[in-house]
Amino acid sequence: MNTELYRRLFSNPTWDDQTLEAADEITSKIGRESLKLLTYPNQIEIVTAEQMLDAYSLIGLPTSYPHWKFGKDFVLNQNNYSKGRTALSYEMVINSNPCISYNMENNTTCMMVLVIAHACQGHNAFFANNYMFKDWTAADSIIDYMVFARDFILKCEEEVGHEEVERVLDAAHALMNHGVDKYRKPTKLSARQENERLKNLVNFKRQTYNELWRTVPKPRPIADGQFHRSFKFPEEPEENILYFIEKNAPTLPVWKREIIRIVRKVSQYFYPQGLTKVMNEGFATFVHYHIINEMYDKKLVDDNFMLEFIHSHSSVLYQPEYNSRYFSGLNPYTLGFNIFMDIKRICQNPTQEDKYWFPNLAGKDWLEEIHYAMQNFRDDSFILQYLSPKVIRDMKLFVVADNEDDDDYEVSAIHNERGYRKVRESLSNQYMREFYVPDIQVDRVDLHATSKLHLVHRVINERSLHNEEAKDTLEHIRYLWEFPVQLVSKNKLGINDKIFES
Amino acid sequence: MSNIIDRRKNAKGKSTGNRQRFLKRVEGQIKKALPDIISQESIQESNTGGKVKVPIKSIKEPAFSHDPASGNKQIVRPGNDRFSEGDKIPKPKGSGHGGGRGKGSNSPEVSEDEFAVVLSREEFLKYFFEDLELPNMVQKFLENTESFENKRAGFIKYGNPSRLNIKTSYQQSLARQIALRGAFLAKFKKLEATLATTTDPVQLAALQAEIEKVKKQSNTIPFFEDVDLRYNHFEQIPLPTTSAAMFCIMDVSASMGYHEKDIAKRFFTLLYIFLTKQYLNVELIFIRHHTTAKEVDEYEFFNSKESGGTVVAPSLELMDKIIKERYSGGNWNIYCCQASDGDVWSDYDADECGVILRTQILPAIQYMAYIEISNHSRDSSLWRTYRSLEDENRFSMRKLYDVSQIWPVFRGLFKKEKAIPS
Repeated sequence: MNTELYRRLFSNPTWDDQTLEAADEITSKIGRESLKLLTYPNQIEIVTAEQMLDAYSLIGLPTSYPHWKFGKDFVLNQNNYSKGRTALSYEMVINSNPCISYNMENNTTCMMVLVIAHACQGHNAFFANNYMFKDWTAADSIIDYMVFARDFILKCEEEVGHEEVERVLDAAHALMNHGVDKYRKPTKLSARQENERLKNLVNFKRQTYNELWRTVPKPRPIADGQFHRSFKFPEEPEENILYFIEKNAPTLPVWKREIIRIVRKVSQYFYPQGLTKVMNEGFATFVHYHIINEMYDKKLVDDNFMLEFIHSHSSVLYQPEYNSRYFSGLNPYTLGFNIFMDIKRICQNPTQEDKYWFPNLAGKDWLEEIHYAMQNFRDDSFILQYLSPKVIRDMKLFVVADNEDDDDYEVSAIHNERGYRKVRESLSNQYMREFYVPDIQVDRVDLHATSKLHLVHRVINERSLHNEEAKDTLEHIRYLWEFPVQLVSKNKLGINDKIFES
Repeated sequence: MSNIIDRRKNAKGKSTGNRQRFLKRVEGQIKKALPDIISQESIQESNTGGKVKVPIKSIKEPAFSHDPASGNKQIVRPGNDRFSEGDKIPKPKGSGHGGGRGKGSNSPEVSEDEFAVVLSREEFLKYFFEDLELPNMVQKFLENTESFENKRAGFIKYGNPSRLNIKTSYQQSLARQIALRGAFLAKFKKLEATLATTTDPVQLAALQAEIEKVKKQSNTIPFFEDVDLRYNHFEQIPLPTTSAAMFCIMDVSASMGYHEKDIAKRFFTLLYIFLTKQYLNVELIFIRHHTTAKEVDEYEFFNSKESGGTVVAPSLELMDKIIKERYSGGNWNIYCCQASDGDVWSDYDADECGVILRTQILPAIQYMAYIEISNHSRDSSLWRTYRSLEDENRFSMRKLYDVSQIWPVFRGLFKKEKAIPS
């Protein structure tokens, strides 16, 4: 390895193609050999600020279907950026195979190396190995699928006019959080397969159409109330509302069902990202920290580079305290990085306390344990499993109980012996999906008379629905379902709390 | 192996289409915000370029969510510096959003709910002048319609047979014939000379045959060939179908204070941008008056500081004179827009204005708008005189005093209406 050459390249604050190639080569070598990372191949794209803004508003996908929502995000981001209110991120990475990462052109050499180590090794390895991503997303076909989605929606706009398509998209977007399968594996389809499936479906319907069926008398509804139960539809409640509407809306035309399906697929694709933010960022930070330090140890970068790196690294990890004016919640980078670093520490130098709390980690091979943690958890389980007393103490975490009926907040646990478990449990809960997405499920459809759709909201910890939002969202459901919709909030005793009708 | 791609040269503006869609969604709001922008911004300056910021409220994107005020929550916070288990912290009063960081109304942070859309000048003006037009445009609608006149522009080699120009074509033919015949003649002479000196019978026969051939050729030169043909050529010259002239009359007398002049200028600026943007062929005549009236150019009209006492009639006389000199003959749609504070030196002046208007100006023009910049509840004498002449279709008058009223008044005066059958 030509140490001198690399050193010279990396100490020059302006970069060129050669620098990037070198950075990519070195980081993947260290990632592969020292950290044993398995990654997708990388596709590193250098973009301008403007292109980065585009990428922001297309939620990071290289292509997406047209919709005003993306335009709104663009206008918003552009405003904030041009006023200097927010900086753009240094990179953006897409869970695809090959793993596409956008790097900003105005990064310095140091930032470029950092970003390549962070995104192209850290995030990439996370996408490729974490169970959530492996189970729930299809990295090979997402780009392809988005091309299909765009073309399909453009075709619909041509055929039915763009207002109507927009209406459907608006409604489906409102239910995005409720368009996710949590327990069933989605099938992985490419654009070609998807097109074929559609074509076959239409063909089949056409070929098997028979006027006669219209004349067959419908079976009489069973009047006797006692059998009613067994004819409940759906038999089991369905939490994927979009899926349910797509499959069961009585009179929805095929193209609307397909649009709902597209939104559902996109939502599903982003589902793991929302649940692994702490882990993903923490792991990527952990990776870039190790790679750059090893580069320094091997004398591939000089002290200037290192100083700049340490500055950027610590800015990324900055965690304002609860009473700071900059405070805006826990920094996922910090929390994740601290936990991963602590796993390493516990493996290497366990204290008495660690041996008590983490008997399975103490003295083990740290790299193997890091890999295990990275592969088999998501944020809530990761925190529940690995948040150590030391991290709680270092970050001085404490729990505030906010009960609706009390006049005061109460500090219910702090970073002491009595509080560790409580802090850990509360923090884990905070990263559960139920914490921010209300639990709403399709209960039944009144098949016999009104086709009314009954939704049930299960109230957890007395947290009720936001009235306005619920009403507006219900309107959207009503539009998609095309028949009356009712949403009932049931408290923990199973008693109706609130009823929304549309 | 990794793939490094430089995307910087790729097309930008991936989001342009989505941005347009978004603008369409907030169109209503943009239109509503226009009057405010008129009153805040100096549009004359901004007409030349630059961008316009339109504050709007974001479109709601509803989704099921928890009511932040409700429920029992355990929230983890970092950086405990003083609390022990069991400590109580009073909740901030009056805020249902426990623990949320309140934002002062003057906070520079812009929430997602309200933000500014930056429109390009073109986009802005499109919203701005939508649904506006010059009233009473008779028959001769100006908007983007142009007719063409054919004008002779020499001759060309290809064209429609009906446009064949025989004279020019014949000239070409003649020249060609002369040139070709000359060439044959020279050849003929040369052959004759050789013939005279030749004795060999075989050669002689050959020469004679040759001569015969040349003779034949020189007699069969075609009268017209394709290369000779010339066609008349016409060029299409765009012609204004109708002509409109707008007289802008502004009172700059001393009684017009800074505020009044500002309003008048803003009004005329709007008018100016409107006309130059929407209509290609509008002539603008600017008249300023105090005791005397003067025709000025656009720059002087908007910028000159000259002032004096108030007599209105001379401006109308001047207008009448200009109409007679330049815009007579019925080919012109003539408009007039007069702005004044209504102060006249004497009632006599007002009466005279009325007479000029009634007898000379109003019959000659399509539409006149009078705006009076005053906040007196009492009608001025000019207002009273004009009032008697007011006519729905031909003469409108409005009072305004506040900057914010400019846009509504402007819209009121130039709103698109059903065309009047001529």
